Amino acid sequence: MSYFDNFLIMRSEVSLLTVILFLLLFDIIAGKKGKKYFQPVAILLFALHTLTNLVPAVAGEAFGGMYQYHPVMTIIKTMLNVATLIIFLQSKHVFDGNEMKNQRGEYYFLTLSTLLGMYLMISSGHFLLFFIGLETASIPLATLVAFSKHCKKSAEAGAKFILLSAFSSGILLFGISYLYGTTGSLYFSEVSTQISHNPLQIMAFIFFLSGLFFKVSFVPFHLWTADVYEGAPTNVTSYLSVVSKGSAAFVLMTLLFKLFGNYLYEWQTLLFWIIIVTITVGNLFALRQQNLKRFLAFSSISQAGYIALGIISGSVLGMTTVIYYIFVYIFSNLAAFGVISAIESRTGKTDIPDYKGLYQTNPKLSFVMMLAMFSLAGIAPFAGFMSKFFIFSAAAQQGFYLLVIIAVVNTIISLYYYLRVVKAMFIDQNGQPIPALRTDSWNRASLILCTTAIIFVGLLGFILDMIEKQSFGI
Amino acid sequence: MGELLINNAGVPVLAYQLVSLIIFFAGIYGFFTRRNLMMMLISVELILNAADINFAVFNRYLFPGEIDGMFFALFTIAIAACETAVAIAIIINVYRNFGNAEVDNLKKMKG
Repeated sequence: MSYFDNFLIMRSEVSLLTVILFLLLFDIIAGKKGKKYFQPVAILLFALHTLTNLVPAVAGEAFGGMYQYHPVMTIIKTMLNVATLIIFLQSKHVFDGNEMKNQRGEYYFLTLSTLLGMYLMISSGHFLLFFIGLETASIPLATLVAFSKHCKKSAEAGAKFILLSAFSSGILLFGISYLYGTTGSLYFSEVSTQISHNPLQIMAFIFFLSGLFFKVSFVPFHLWTADVYEGAPTNVTSYLSVVSKGSAAFVLMTLLFKLFGNYLYEWQTLLFWIIIVTITVGNLFALRQQNLKRFLAFSSISQAGYIALGIISGSVLGMTTVIYYIFVYIFSNLAAFGVISAIESRTGKTDIPDYKGLYQTNPKLSFVMMLAMFSLAGIAPFAGFMSKFFIFSAAAQQGFYLLVIIAVVNTIISLYYYLRVVKAMFIDQNGQPIPALRTDSWNRASLILCTTAIIFVGLLGFILDMIEKQSFGI
Repeated sequence: MGELLINNAGVPVLAYQLVSLIIFFAGIYGFFTRRNLMMMLISVELILNAADINFAVFNRYLFPGEIDGMFFALFTIAIAACETAVAIAIIINVYRNFGNAEVDNLKKMKG
């Protein structure tokens, strides 16, 4: 195989890198006039990148097995691309204002860098590439969280995020070191065959998983989530909650399947308890939140628990439903964040009581928000219902009936707080609701895309079939 | 196995393991008890260094024919340096906003 073929296998990374370098040079070289076109050029280029990497290729590996490609990775990468694209559409209006004008080059550059890290993490076949991808994904993310230089909350969130993320990757690294010591290799394919029940290895396994659980924010490791989500700028919060979480959940799943297949019983027991705690604690804390971003942070913690329901089954159906769940979750969550971002940039308000009477002044935005909440809660005709249904069926198929019952009970609890937002918008009276506002056309396009997806994705059966064809189990 | 654990100089691999474990738990202890952001960062660095020692020792003693572990340690050092640079930048930003770098001040968000 020639070197050129090697590069073709990792063409999604290469094309993303091209986009990043082009945007970096464009930001540095362009004059004042040229910079006006920076954001449209960035968005269109990234859309082009998404389109060129749409079709799955044949499975293969590059660089002696360090980089592994499987067709299902194209699907998950495309989903991350679509989510990032929607976030770009939603954040354009933030950087049109004078306040953040000079920072927009950095924003796109850093966001795409973290995306590149996630790509590497997804396709890695070796611990070194995995660790580099993980750090490439989390270090620029910390700078994004601390993006508003003069905002105290943002600085605080940034400090919390970088310290805790460094701490968790330190523990993960310590776990990798013992895996290396007990197996003598760092390739996933070789390590997985030598995984046995030796105590040192089990300790390494626990350390390694704790680091990953931190990224997905399962419950004992969730304490950073709410503060970071509240303090970060809204467009970064949506990126954290959708792209970062989605990629981490997918990586966790593939690693558990490929690397720790011998530990099936151990990690199923582990995940069993973690799922119960995650869903319940996420729900209970979401009940008492007033700030909408904080509320969505706890909602995203409990959603991570639902995603883990698909992981625990360890089957082909499990992987299919996890990917499908992430796909639907992207649109539901981003629709909510699009509305929050539009309202926050005009009025600076992010509390649920501020949304009282929103329907009288902004019927369209309230409608989108309502659909997003219905989809997140899993109400019947919308996509969220289908994804929850499939993920429950994947867990039930493997005999986790108790878990499914607990999850269903929690879904009913979650209805209460999702509908609280809807009630504030539609039913509550307010003398001074948020004035009527007009979102810019880019944000409107993203909201229309999300709304259409929420309504129609659940009805299109071929999406699930398409994912299932590429998925694999243990 | 017993011969493997002792090199020519007579330092067993377990001695190195003990050092790395002490550094690791010193890092964790420091991370939980220190109230200053810089000290917390230094504690995190201790954790990363403990892992580096492990990689080097395992490679040298258990798998002397290969070089994977050494390379991993080198890459980790570079990545840890990046992490420290970004963390210090963020801590400086905290210092500008709050006037000092104590953790107890970072309590604007709660609940």
